[in-house]
Amino acid sequence: MEYKLTFQEYNKALKKDKLMGLKCNECGTLTCPPTMACSNCASTNLEIVELSGKGKIVSFTVVNIAAEGRENEVPYTISMVELDEGPWIMGNLVDMDPRNVTMDVIGKRVKTRGKLFPGDHYSEGGGLARPAFYFE
Amino acid sequence: MRRVAVIGTGHSKFCFNSPKTSVELMSEVAFDAMNEAEIKSKDIQATFIGNVLGDFEEGQGMVQSFFANDIGAFNVASSRFEGACASGSMAIRDAMMWVASGYYDIVLAGGVERATAFSSALGTRTFAMFGDAHYEFPSGFTFPSVFALLAHLYSSEYGIPLPKLKEQMAAVSVQAHKWGMKNPNAQFHKEITTEDVLKSFMVASPIQLHDACPFTDGAACVVIASEDAVKKLGVKKPVWFKGIGQASSGKLSSQHKFLPRIRARELACEQSYSMSGLTPKDVDFVELHDCFSIAAMIAAEGLGFFDYGTSGEAWVRGDCDMGGKIPINLSGGLKSKGHPIGATGGSQCVELTRQLRGDMVAEGRQVEGAKVGLMDTLGGDGVLVSMIMSNEK
Repeated sequence: MEYKLTFQEYNKALKKDKLMGLKCNECGTLTCPPTMACSNCASTNLEIVELSGKGKIVSFTVVNIAAEGRENEVPYTISMVELDEGPWIMGNLVDMDPRNVTMDVIGKRVKTRGKLFPGDHYSEGGGLARPAFYFE
Repeated sequence: MRRVAVIGTGHSKFCFNSPKTSVELMSEVAFDAMNEAEIKSKDIQATFIGNVLGDFEEGQGMVQSFFANDIGAFNVASSRFEGACASGSMAIRDAMMWVASGYYDIVLAGGVERATAFSSALGTRTFAMFGDAHYEFPSGFTFPSVFALLAHLYSSEYGIPLPKLKEQMAAVSVQAHKWGMKNPNAQFHKEITTEDVLKSFMVASPIQLHDACPFTDGAACVVIASEDAVKKLGVKKPVWFKGIGQASSGKLSSQHKFLPRIRARELACEQSYSMSGLTPKDVDFVELHDCFSIAAMIAAEGLGFFDYGTSGEAWVRGDCDMGGKIPINLSGGLKSKGHPIGATGGSQCVELTRQLRGDMVAEGRQVEGAKVGLMDTLGGDGVLVSMIMSNEK
């Protein structure tokens, strides 16, 4: 059985600032990032949809120690965002200097674009897009 | 299902820069465990070994096979388990099931890791492999980030102002180091203060260096036997598996319905409680997965010892200390004892066994009259294992 929305397709869209997900035709749940089966009811009766990319920050961390090969990125802010459509996604808050990020960002509204991580020794070739969050 | 017991334990010194290879570390603890159990290599029918990153650490894959040969358990079935930091616990759980099923009578299970054999930068990179490589790592995911995200979420979800939460988290680390002082196998023998924690380097806000466990080298294992073998060998102090549980989950963001709770832990320990017929009230002491101070708090709540959002106060009050409501990590925990990821489950199981045999008196950390112990291990974003053991059949 074929995978409905692969990482390759998701990645290609996010590189163009489009956040893609899956809508379940059985229970209506939206799943993002994509999985084989609905994240709620495990149905595979799914259709590909574009999400608004809008939502609110639910948590964050400012990272000062990076993985090997990414040392020049610190400090950076990882955020988890609850999308208006329901799912949570992990990405980077890029609209604020990490040195100024505090608990006050929790609850703030953001919109999502794509930002390329060129990849490292162990990653997929061609680069991986990650969600980049900007204040609405 | 047959009754199954631990009949021998082996635990290396946990340390930085072990001069020994993984095979050597594992072989030494295996002989300690076999000697305790008064069995020979030829009595071991299979081995179950947790090892996570041997390939990266020393260029050694399938350490389990070379190890089995090394100890003279020639040609036995030997399996490696990989579930990040829960690997050793997965190995022991499977070993227990194989003996309970009647397929084997005597097996050896545990794990080994040399996480200081590589640089901490490569360590940070490889540990990040236990998050989602495609959907999480591109954002700069590291393991401290996971619990950093959960700490801020914990603060906002339960309405605990961050400075207060940070003091509670510090209390977890301070207590861990206090008990690590008494554990001869611990990586650190150094007391720390709340001030030391709050002054330490900020790794990933709000996780500071002293909120985090170290990289560690070490090995630990147990010999596991059926009730028949226990009788045949005349084992004086067998320690019985009463309940076991394991559950999994997807990438961190996919767990959003429950975070900062870890639902897979709650399901794993429900299995253990249900199989054993015991409840949190019956448990005399716990070894739980304090890879980060906030992780210990989330674990203590998920295992049923405290209401959500209240375990930090419990640590501050001394409820998790010796003589408190539920003594937690009297070994020093991952924070002070150390966290050689593939070996940690083995270490927890050794700790439970030795406490339940009453072996900890000389070290000054025996829980008097302990009958039931619980262990809890978390691996990456998605493997949770729990086990309940008792010195009563």
